[in-house]
Amino acid sequence: MGSGTSIGRVRGLGSAKEGAHHWWRQRVTAGSNLFLMLWFVISMARQPAFDYASVRMWLSSAWVAVPMILLVASVFWHFRLGLQVVIEDYEHDERRVAALLALNFFTVGTAAVAIFAILKVAFGAAA
Amino acid sequence: MASRTPARPKSPHLFAGFMKLHYAWGPHMLVSILHRATGTVMATVGTVMLVWWLGALAAGADAYATFLDAFTTSAGHLNVVGWIVGVGLSWAFFTHMLNGIRHLVMDAGAAFELKRNKMFSLAVLVGGVLLTVLFWLYQGIK
Ligand code: HEM
Repeated sequence: MGSGTSIGRVRGLGSAKEGAHHWWRQRVTAGSNLFLMLWFVISMARQPAFDYASVRMWLSSAWVAVPMILLVASVFWHFRLGLQVVIEDYEHDERRVAALLALNFFTVGTAAVAIFAILKVAFGAAA
Repeated sequence: MASRTPARPKSPHLFAGFMKLHYAWGPHMLVSILHRATGTVMATVGTVMLVWWLGALAAGADAYATFLDAFTTSAGHLNVVGWIVGVGLSWAFFTHMLNGIRHLVMDAGAAFELKRNKMFSLAVLVGGVLLTVLFWLYQGIK
């Protein structure tokens, strides 16, 4: 027990000892998504061509690769939190546990592939 | 006992008698369920699309050609699947983005008044369609 005021000591300490974090991180990633996704959508709109060479050249710039990695981190974290709520609303018991596990595997797996692919192009590795 | 109030509020069951709604659908309800639908579709279909696209770019010209082939005609224009996925995901994004902003405003305690809430929800619906049209028009004319 700290020595703060009584309200200060109990604040945020529900039975689970946390709870607002999920909600708050959903908001924080909503904010970062807003900037990163708008950048991405505008970049897509302004893309001169979508052939292999042009898009690879675009992605190999550090000014694109770094924001893309940030976008993957922000968006994937955001939808990981979001889909958790959706699953908790509709699935129960064992099915809920299985669905939440699947969600974690899906999120981490797809994020790893996406970030690896961005880095591979950015570091100029041969295809 | 006092007299019974004739029009007591009812629980919001969807149907009573034959398909009778106890409440009127409003834009706020539509925008609410659309937020979940658009978020879920982007998180699944959108994620697969993004990872496929990035993975194909990293894997080489052949893999990228396979990706492009799935969504474009041999002349290089979008095919039916390309249009559905492209317009669908862009509309989902713009609608989710605008409603996400609405969420953040309401988290700050604003825009709960009935009239303003309705206007805001309508603006999200109209704005989502408008931004989607603008995005594709820009693709067409650039
Ligand atoms: C401009 C960017 C975005 C903003 C401002 C935003 C905002 C938000 C907010 C505020 C919530 C919480 C809603 C609530 O508490 O009921 C939310 C939920 C969610 N978002 Fe986003 N979001 C954005 C982009 C994305 C993207 C790109 C995806 C998917 C790839 C996504 C997927 C989801 C999902 C799955 C949920 C959960 C929906 C639910 O619980 O019904 N969002 N978003």
